[in-house]
Parts: sequence; C-alpha cells; structure tokens
Amino acid sequence: MTARERIAGNVAGYVDDRTGAAKWMKKNLTKVFPDHWSFLLGEICLYSFIILLASGTFLTFWFDPSQREVIYDGGYAPLSGLKMSAAYASTLHLSFEVRGGLLMRQIHHWAALIFMVGIVVHLLRVFFTGAFRKPREFNWIIGVGLLTLGIVEGFLGYSLPDDLLSGTGIRIAEAIIQALPVVGSYIAFFAFGGAFPGEAFIPRIYTVHVLLLPGIFLALITVHLMLVWYQKHTQFPGPGRTEKNVVGYPLMPAYMAKAGGFFFIVFGVTAFLGAVASINPIWLYGPYTPGQVSAGSQPDWYMGWLDGLVRMAPPLETHALGHTISWNILIPGLILPGIMFTLLALYPFIESWATGDKREHHLLDRPRNAPNRTALGAMALTFTLVGLINGGNDILSTTFHLTINQMMWFSRIAIFVLPPIAFVITKRICLSLQRADRELVLHGRETGRLVRLPHGEFVEVHEPISPEKAWTLTAHEQLAPLELPEYDAAGVRRPGLLKNKIRNRISRANAVAVPKVTESERKEIEHGH
Amino acid sequence: MKRLSRLRRHRAAGPILLVFALFTIGTTFQVASAVSNNATTAAERSATIEEGKQLFLKGCSSCHGLNAEGGAVAPSLIGVGAASVDFQVGTGRMPMADMSTQAMRKAVVYTPEEINALATYVASLADGPAVPTDEVLNYERDGSVAEGGELFRTNCAMCHNFAAQGGALTQGKYAPTLMGVEPKHIYEAMITGPQSMPVFSNKTITAEEKLSIIKWIKSTEAEPQLGGAALGRVGPVTEGLLVWTLGIGLLIGVAVWLAMKAR
Repeated sequence: MTARERIAGNVAGYVDDRTGAAKWMKKNLTKVFPDHWSFLLGEICLYSFIILLASGTFLTFWFDPSQREVIYDGGYAPLSGLKMSAAYASTLHLSFEVRGGLLMRQIHHWAALIFMVGIVVHLLRVFFTGAFRKPREFNWIIGVGLLTLGIVEGFLGYSLPDDLLSGTGIRIAEAIIQALPVVGSYIAFFAFGGAFPGEAFIPRIYTVHVLLLPGIFLALITVHLMLVWYQKHTQFPGPGRTEKNVVGYPLMPAYMAKAGGFFFIVFGVTAFLGAVASINPIWLYGPYTPGQVSAGSQPDWYMGWLDGLVRMAPPLETHALGHTISWNILIPGLILPGIMFTLLALYPFIESWATGDKREHHLLDRPRNAPNRTALGAMALTFTLVGLINGGNDILSTTFHLTINQMMWFSRIAIFVLPPIAFVITKRICLSLQRADRELVLHGRETGRLVRLPHGEFVEVHEPISPEKAWTLTAHEQLAPLELPEYDAAGVRRPGLLKNKIRNRISRANAVAVPKVTESERKEIEHGH
Repeated sequence: MKRLSRLRRHRAAGPILLVFALFTIGTTFQVASAVSNNATTAAERSATIEEGKQLFLKGCSSCHGLNAEGGAVAPSLIGVGAASVDFQVGTGRMPMADMSTQAMRKAVVYTPEEINALATYVASLADGPAVPTDEVLNYERDGSVAEGGELFRTNCAMCHNFAAQGGALTQGKYAPTLMGVEPKHIYEAMITGPQSMPVFSNKTITAEEKLSIIKWIKSTEAEPQLGGAALGRVGPVTEGLLVWTLGIGLLIGVAVWLAMKAR
C-alpha cells in the first residue's frame, strides 16, 4: 500500500465512520444502466437545468425586477435619454456594461430553449417506446408536469426584461386570462395589481421565475430521478434482456465518466451558441410601451404552437348578460391546451384501459411494434406542428413569398385533416416495417449477390441474420384483442355495454399486426432450404 | 356714376367678374410658382419636361395613360409629385415587373438624369411633394437616433419590424426591409405613402422627426452584430429553428457517439 492509498483510505474511513456511506455507495455506485443514445436525452434536460440555475443566479446579481420608470443613460446610444422601466434598463446594463453579462444572458436563454427541446425529445422517446407503462405512470405524470411548468417558466423569463417583445407577450397573456368567462377580468386585475401594465407584474413574476418555479422544478426533478433509480431504467429488447434484469454498465466508472463528460458537452454546446448566435436582442426591441408593437412578434418556440392556434382561430364571440365570451381566444388559448395536456398526462391509463394490459413492463417497445401508439404520437405531433408553423406565419410568408391569408386557411384546414392522415400513414409504415422484420427473420438479409442457376434463372442470395438479431426482432409480444363478451357466464347482459364496445373496438385496432415469426416457422424454413 | 351703377346691375356682371377674378388669381399663382422654380431657367426646364414626357410616353403611358391620367390597371399620376416618381422609379419599383400584389424593389431601369426628367414631367402636370434636397436630408446634423427609434417603434415597427427588417401584410403584400435603402427614398416614402404605406405628412411626423427616423434606421443598419450572428433580426422564429437543428443535432450526435460500443 502506497502512502497515497493509505491517506485516501484513512479519509474514506473517517467519513464512513461518521456517515455510514460506504455500504450505500457500494450498492449504488455499481448500479447498472442500459446503454442507448436515446437514454441520454433526459440528461440533456438535467444538465441544461443546472446551467440555467448557474447562469440565472449570475443574472440576478444585476437584474432589477422593477417597473419603476427611469431615464436611460447607459452606453447603448440608440436608446439614450429614453424613458424605460428599471427592469429593461438593468437588462441593458447587464448586456453592455457587465463583463460577460451578454454572454451569460445568451447562455441562459439558449439553455432554456435546449431545456425545452430536451424535454420534448425525451418525452417523445418515452412515449414511442412505451416506457410510461406500469410501473412508471407517476413518473410520466411528473414529466408532463415538468413540461407544462417549463413552458410557464420559459414564458416568464422571456417576459422579465420588459422589452417591446416581452411586453407584447404579456399583453397577449393578459388577453388570454381575460378570455376566461366571468372571472377573467377579475383574475387579470388581480394578477397585474390593477390595469395593464401597472407596476406590479414584473416584480411578481420575478419571484415566481427565480424562486417558486425553480424550487418546484428541483423537487420534481429529484423525485423524477429517484423514481428512475428505484424502478430501474427500462431497456430495449435483446438477447439476455428480460423483464427482471438490466443489462448494461455500472454507474462507476462507466456512467460516471459518460454522464460527467456529457454534462460538459451540453455546457459546451450551450456556451458555443451563447457565444456565436444572438438570442433575444432586447436592445433592438426597445423598451415596452403599450402603444407600440413590432411586426412579426413571436413567442419562443415552445409557445409558438399555442400562438399559432390562436392566430388561426376564426373571430367568434358571444355576447350574453353583459359579458363577452371570446371563443377565438378561449378555445385555442385555454380549452385546447387544457385538453391536450390532460390527455397527455392520462395517456398511460388510457392505453392500459384500452389494451387491458395491467402488467409491469421494463422492456421497451420498438415503435413499429405498437403501431397504434406510434400513429397516435405522430397524429399529436402533426397537430402541434401545424400550430407551430402557423405561429410563424408572418415570418414564413415573407421568407417564402406566400400570403399570410393562404397560410391561415391552410392551417385552419390542415389542423383537422393532416393529423388523421398522419395517423393512417404512420400506422401503415409501422405495419410495413413489421412485415420487413418478418421477411428478414424468415429469409435473411439481401446480400446484393446475384447468382445464375444452371437453367438460366437469376436469384439473389440471402444470408441468414445472426441468432441475436433474430431474437431481437421476435422478442416482442403480440397481444390478442380484448373481446369483452356481451353476456357474462350466467347469461346476464353485462353493464356498461357501450363502454365495452368502445374498448373492444380500440383493442381490436391495437391488436392489428403482422404476425411475428414463430419458432416452428423458423425451423421449417431452416430445414426446408 | 349713373352709368357705372347700371353696369353693376347688368346680368353679365357676376360671371364677368368671376372670370376676371379667376384669371387674376391664376396669373398671379403662375407667376409666383415660376418664381419659386427659378433654380433652372425656364428653357432648361421645358427641355427636361419634354425629355421626361418622351420617356413617359415610351415607358409608362401604356398603363398610366398618354397624359398620366391613369387607366384600368394603374393610378393617375397627376399631382403625385416628383418625390413619388423619384421613389418608385429610383428604387426600381417602376416600371413594374408583374402586377400581382405589389411592386417590388429591383434593379433600377433608368439613369438618374432620366429619373429626374420623368419626375420633372410628372411634377409639371400638377404640383405635389418635391424630391427632398441634400440640404433637407441632412439627417446626420438634424436627426436624433434615440428619438428616431422611439418614433420608428411607434409608427413604423408594426409593419416594418422592430429592426426595420420588413414584415408581412395581408394578401401577400408586405412591408419591405429598410436595410440598404437610400435616405432620400425613405424620406420620399414617408411623404408620398407608396403601395400600402400611409402618408406621414409633416403634421403627423415633422420634417425633423423624419430625419431622426432615417438616422435611427441608418444606425441600426450600421450596428455591429452585438450578440453574435443576428439570425435575421426577426425574433424567436430563427432562434427556435437554430436550437432544433444545430443545438439538438449536436447534442444527439454526441449522445449517439457516447452510447456506441467501444471497439
């Protein structure tokens, strides 16, 4: 034992005597995680959250969350002498006079965009592979909560500098609050501490943005990760991988190195973007005054699809009993998002109700082997994408020389027509891929080698695939449809007939699949050739 | 005395006096406006007008009519003034390439002398806003950047975008970018209101304020890209595009690399 080892041992022993950490560490440092690139998507969110905390703390040192009116006398000449809020002036100061301030602001904003992109791609991975199934439904709901809060948190951050763009965003948020029937105007009055814009809103959202929501985020992320730890990570099917084991590498040293390294990569990419690409150039937007607005005012992308839904809504209003109900804002701004996020959160329960599958799942589905789910996902994505495209309709129409009216009408029709088409096409693609898998297992890989037989016929030589690959391609199970009977064993009509009929119908649609290769088919074909 | 009072009550007295008054006013106005245009001699001026007329007959009259009276597809140019001609022809918008939505900026067809001749001809038809002189356009001296920015955001940004990059209007019309537009043309656009643009008369925005706006546009044009690549200065759309392509692309690329089996 060298001297260095002895010292390290002594230190470790000292800590262990007082904390008893050794046993816990030994168990958990050797915890095994499966290896797949898509399992790193959640880490992107975690790391950008850490970057957000660090860069955000830096920003709070100089940002003054106040709507007190000041006269700008800072270094940016095109704004000098103008009246503006202290919030805007301090953001200008932070950008132009604080060393590294602009870089930090840009890192913070890019990290926020990457955080939201990370959440969405992570959610898509979890959705399309069925990782939300029992026992992970709670973690799915926490994830949906993080997505929703992320949108709110991002919007509040975008609103804080009190520039012309963010003020326009707050104005729209106020309009959406006011669209709530009966209580809307009161809630808006309460939130703004009086009439818009007032002087209360920015200090209030500042507290929410830097204290309340980050606290909730920390708590939810902790629970999210603890549940992953406790429930163990899911894995893709493969030889030796079962519902009862996890095949992969231990946390120490493999994932310590990979995850640690990945943190620095995420930080590096964020810092790179912050250094080379301008984001939210508030000095160009100018200070907010309610009388001004810029062409092409847009929210950040994660709100863009909601903005697009509002933009495509036809002007519908009802006047009743001295109240105006603005359906054109109420439906796309509150009702539709409400329905979408609720459906998203409840999806694990909806699917297990429809399939009758109440078992635990630790092996993931390949998206093609769950065609209905994959198609539903594609449908939801298409819906969101149409909204997102219409959210940028002004920028897109000037860039591509389209007319904004055509784009709006395209969106109004596409939002109803394209999602079902996406469903059908995706489902067909999934079934075709299943068929391709079946071909591959039965007849092997096409080698591209053509052989001429003695009687003149040309054939392509197929090469059998490896047993491991054949296993992977046939490991999934194919559920039979539910077939809930109309009468029970005693011949009595079961209650909830309509419900059962719907369930049967969905379950039948879910069970549509290309039959996978059975063992006997494989044997037969092997012996036959 | 008796005779005069009889004449005064004559039936033709009213009309004759009216004609006389109109003649007097017309002559006085003609003399006065000729005095204000004494920069060029009358002979030079009429030669320029004649040249402009010939150019007009060749290049413009098929749509705007032989006497600039307008037609089914083009407006009358009587009274639009030299500033309007200088803007439309000087930015290449006229002659129009196609008549679909609005005239777009393109390569200028006429030489500055020809444009001047056209403008002088159209101005000779009836008075209208004149082309601002260099003395009027001294925005570096008479304008204020900060005030110009404030005026721009109040009056212009709603169509032309916060950084004068242009924006979409209805039915395929658009407010063009103001980057690289000559100060003279910006000024002319404000006083003549081309295409969908309203006229900003000197009562709405004073001549000095117009110069401030021009100064702010020029300062924005010259402003270095303070935060790195400007991404078109159109707001969050291009930022979102970049994060969904380069940002997440790089990160997923690294994730794939990290999860690859060591060979």
